Amino acid sequence: MASLKDMRVRIAATKATQKITKAMQMVAASKLRRAQAAAEAARPYAERMDAVLQSIATGMAGSDNAPKLLSGTGNDKVHLLIVATGERGLAGAFNSSIVRLAREHINRLQAEGKEVKILTVGKKGFEQLRRNYEKNIVDRVELRGVRVLGYSNAADIGQKVVAMYERGEFDVATLFYSRFRSVIQQIPTAQQLVPPKFEGKVAEGPAASYEYEPEEEEILAELLPRYIATQILRALLENNASFYGSQMSAMDNATRNAGDMIRKQTIKYNRTRQAMITKELIEIISGAEAL
Amino acid sequence: MATFQFELVTPDKVLFSGQVDQVDVPGVDGDFGVLAGHAPLVALIKPGVLVIHEGGKKHRIVVLGGFAEVNPQGLSILADLASPAEDFDRAVIASQIAETEQKVKEMEQGSLLDRALERLDHFKQLDTHLNSTGMH
Repeated sequence: MASLKDMRVRIAATKATQKITKAMQMVAASKLRRAQAAAEAARPYAERMDAVLQSIATGMAGSDNAPKLLSGTGNDKVHLLIVATGERGLAGAFNSSIVRLAREHINRLQAEGKEVKILTVGKKGFEQLRRNYEKNIVDRVELRGVRVLGYSNAADIGQKVVAMYERGEFDVATLFYSRFRSVIQQIPTAQQLVPPKFEGKVAEGPAASYEYEPEEEEILAELLPRYIATQILRALLENNASFYGSQMSAMDNATRNAGDMIRKQTIKYNRTRQAMITKELIEIISGAEAL
Repeated sequence: MATFQFELVTPDKVLFSGQVDQVDVPGVDGDFGVLAGHAPLVALIKPGVLVIHEGGKKHRIVVLGGFAEVNPQGLSILADLASPAEDFDRAVIASQIAETEQKVKEMEQGSLLDRALERLDHFKQLDTHLNSTGMH
């Protein structure tokens, strides 16, 4: 049986762990609030962008000179998966649930005989996917040094994607991230980015016939990279909020578990101590009686 | 005077939303004013100053590129970066100019270069404009 001193050390160690998890939970909670506000603030822009592009796209549907980014290459052979995860762990199932979804997609695509290319955003996703799909990873982006996620981070990634597309390196791009529902619910999501699939319903009635200034093609050429960047930004911000939400509940659990352990260990410690006192008393009394 | 709904959004926030009388927009093909009942329009915006006329007041807002959409519901502008002229940080333009100049040097002839040069011009125009009106 462990000595009393060992048990005291044990309890002290568990208490130290609890302090750390508690602190991490509180930090995550405060960062979550900011991340959530940022994710919500980005929504109007992304929704507007969606609506505008959608109305232009319906106007251009069927026309031959629609840019390839909008209409697709007509092929479906090479898939690019953009997997956005966190930079750090200790966030419950956050990173692995995104990776799991991506892995399912990869396996399905490979079973269909398609070529798969992977672009990872965030360190954790890269580490987890590297194990099985090292040769599929074409590029990786790390956002470790970034303190506040901004449009420029997303635009950089967007530029990479567009450049790859223009070099004909893939036909379809899909973006993986975790959508933030609530602190306890984050939904891993796959969203097709190129050619864009619009989420919202088709605008009611005939689309307004717009005037374009300058030409439609020129506007689209400007708009599409921006659309992709916006979608990536939205994914990054949602991811960020999900990360902290997930970390917060994971750390909350850890704190509670540590509390349970401390309680159990303390009871055990007290019982052992009591047993030793009783044992000593018996020894003294029986010693005295023998005299 | 008839008013219409105007919204100015950037990737990270909604900067302005409300009923306005008129908005002057710096379009790539020239500045234009939007009044209530304007025809549906999609236009690219160059870096410049946006003027919002709201009930006799004028708000000046610096935008660095983006695009404008006029539909029957009103005007919405999606700007890359926007900030009220009085607290606009001039250093942003300076860094944009430096960055674009750098890019121009590396680029080859072609439409991309033309576009970058055009963008550079717009930034410089905006810079001198802001300097000459002496806003701080």
